[in-house]
Amino acid sequence: MKHIYMDNNATTAVRPEVLEAMIPYYREQFGNPSSIHWAGRAVGGAMEKARGQVARMLNCSPAEIVFIACGSEGDNMAIKGTGYALAEKGKHIITTAVEHPAVLETCQFMEKQGFQVTYLPVDRDGMLDLQRLEAAITDQTILISVMWANNETGNIYPIEEIGAIARKYKVRFHSDAVQAVGKIPVDVQRANVDLLVLSGHKLGAPKGVGAIYIRKGTRLTPLLHGGHQERNRRAGTHNVAGIVGLGLACEIAESELGTYAKQVGRLRNRLEAGIRSSIPDIKLNGHPDPKRRLPNTLNVSFAYIEGESLLLNFDIKGIAASSGSACTSGSLEPSHVMGAMCVDVVLAHSSTRFSLGRDNSEADVDYILEILPPIVQRLREMSPLYNRKEPLTCDECNIVRKL
Amino acid sequence: MYTEKVMDHFSNPRNVGEIENADGVGEVGNASCGDIMKIFLKVEHAVIKDIKFKTFGCGAAIATSSMITEMAIGKTLDEAMELSNAAVAEALDGLPAQKMHCSNLAADALHEAIKNYRETHP
Repeated sequence: MKHIYMDNNATTAVRPEVLEAMIPYYREQFGNPSSIHWAGRAVGGAMEKARGQVARMLNCSPAEIVFIACGSEGDNMAIKGTGYALAEKGKHIITTAVEHPAVLETCQFMEKQGFQVTYLPVDRDGMLDLQRLEAAITDQTILISVMWANNETGNIYPIEEIGAIARKYKVRFHSDAVQAVGKIPVDVQRANVDLLVLSGHKLGAPKGVGAIYIRKGTRLTPLLHGGHQERNRRAGTHNVAGIVGLGLACEIAESELGTYAKQVGRLRNRLEAGIRSSIPDIKLNGHPDPKRRLPNTLNVSFAYIEGESLLLNFDIKGIAASSGSACTSGSLEPSHVMGAMCVDVVLAHSSTRFSLGRDNSEADVDYILEILPPIVQRLREMSPLYNRKEPLTCDECNIVRKL
Repeated sequence: MYTEKVMDHFSNPRNVGEIENADGVGEVGNASCGDIMKIFLKVEHAVIKDIKFKTFGCGAAIATSSMITEMAIGKTLDEAMELSNAAVAEALDGLPAQKMHCSNLAADALHEAIKNYRETHP
């Protein structure tokens, strides 16, 4: 069966050249970079080369890059590390209602530690009101944390403008850039971020490696205590092979940013236009202007049907995509991002994310456009909500009550 | 995650649709948890002669709806009232644990339809 992978915001395949570059570090060059003997010395250089590759991509100095195990670790490190380091200055954090759980749940944890957190709402397009952000800043605010791009909708946030606000009030600024890095330009100087997190497996490196940018002079209490690695900022033996892979993946992604936006963006737009013209009663989730979204992301709801049953039908046809339905989120409620955007709860259950990648082709898009309309129609015919006479009232937004 | 039987009933659901002028109709679930099941009955001499369903929901919701229609058809109303959600799950060779309470409502929908029949046909 034909396999089409359109879930690149969940994870990407390791690029063959990245894997190739990693293999020696599992074999001959197995040393621990902290050792002073020949085995250790043999790998130190490779790790520093990778640090340089990551730094070049973000436009920072290599010393400002710390290798970590995953995006969630970086977000925990940024938020808890700031909280612990700056608690005497203030105990207020500002973030958004649409962050990844790695940020949201860490912030909820900080609330239990006595911090106050403002969760900024978004509008129906999923965008922030920057005046509201500015108004939320108090003399107690120690951190603003806003994602660079949203994993579900692909919405790109105005990080440079938020960075300027943060600078004006001298508040530390963290951005979870896990979905942005490798897809769009990310420049920590232009954006004036102090902390930024990226994850290897979203850009063609393996799972289990990532990096956090820590602007020089940013005081951060470590999350992991133990060794002196990463200049005491992150204990733990280095994942050398993973780090080598991350470095190369960053270098390649940076060199291909222009073609990526063009090639993947064109396919995404083709899919978007095709769905719009062939299926009625749909809703695009996210900013209506595709330029304000990641070039690879399309999130669309199909009225009257539920997301998991759509994904299962896709899977039967070899297509991998993802959904914001409760059933696929592992909770009883649909996606918090859809909730924050006031997407009607039934539509939230059917929100379907296509996140394309370099390996997708025009034929992949056309195949989806061929099989999608009959699947949607069949599920609609089965749905008691389709052609229902009495309108269904939805207590929209109540699913974000906890925010 | 799903058994072959679930996937069979999901891919080829039995008795989908509505019965016009049904003798009994039952609906359970709600939109916010993502599952709504509606069962339509045709009853003759206290026996289920025809049964159809419409479901908005995940794979488990659709498969359990399909299964309950197969289990209920030809049964007396009293026998059908004995069918349980657990029996439906068992007939499908089991459901994932997280689906047992949220999407396993088909027997409830059937019971609602029977109650509706009994109320409207005293």
